[in-house]
Amino acid sequence: MIPDLGRYALVVCGSYGVTLGLLAGLVAVTLWQGRRARRDLDEIETRLAGGSGGE
Amino acid sequence: MITGTDQETARRRGAMSIWTYANPKKFMDVSGRVLPWVTMAAALTLGAGLVWGFFFTPDDYSQGATVKIMFVHVPAAMMAINTWVMMLVASVIWIVRRHHVSALAARAAAPVGLTFTLIALVTGALWGQPIWNTWWAWDPRLTSFLILAFFYLGYVALWSAIENPDAAADLTGLLCLVGSVFAVLSRYAAKFWSQGLHQDSTILKIGERDPLAIEYYLPLVLCIAGFVLLFLALVLVRTRTAIRARRVAALLARERLA
Repeated sequence: MIPDLGRYALVVCGSYGVTLGLLAGLVAVTLWQGRRARRDLDEIETRLAGGSGGE
Repeated sequence: MITGTDQETARRRGAMSIWTYANPKKFMDVSGRVLPWVTMAAALTLGAGLVWGFFFTPDDYSQGATVKIMFVHVPAAMMAINTWVMMLVASVIWIVRRHHVSALAARAAAPVGLTFTLIALVTGALWGQPIWNTWWAWDPRLTSFLILAFFYLGYVALWSAIENPDAAADLTGLLCLVGSVFAVLSRYAAKFWSQGLHQDSTILKIGERDPLAIEYYLPLVLCIAGFVLLFLALVLVRTRTAIRARRVAALLARERLA
């Protein structure tokens, strides 16, 4: 299944590894920041809704 | 006198205008519906393209197995330049029309473009070593790409350094205009200066003297489509995050004033 890359195995696998690693890191950071922003917004909206409801 | 038909026409025009999406609420509604489809398409095309390119393409007669690096290097390099072009358009929209969503979209795209630029630089070095016998050369295309990476870093740093988001959008918009020179140079350097090591693009040379063979062309097109869709998905998610963060800041400010 794995193609025979011969003496170029390191540079070819390295290229795919670096690409997938950087893209996975970017996706992970993007999702983490997105979840954090959504949670912060939910928290403050709930707090403000609770505060205005009690007045 | 404005008739009901005129009002209906105006309403339809308004609904079809691209500026409708500059409204954060409208943007959140539409992007929320589109995002799952774009993400799914990105995963499928990029996955299929990379598997095809890595496992099922033959070695090149002159470059051997290193030709497989093309399937990550070329789409990343293309998108590194195109991301800057998208940021330029969004920045100009911000500067001219003051639509916040466009400024946030430009900001959201910058780390994505920086990642593509880094991928292009690293995979280019890994490709260059066996083919040119060097990891790096001060070739016009490579050098303009390195400068583009510094512009991306500067853009991201400038956004982080300025507290006022409108001032940050103004200054980064100007930086984007200046950096566009290097984005264009990165694309056309091989045409402007022929003495460099880096070859000109062969993707659009179908029917010309030195075309890309069909067994490489199809998976490459799939990989390019995958990178474009991944870019779209990431920018949509990141712009939605930026809109939420802006709303949090506005609500916190309102809470402090109350």
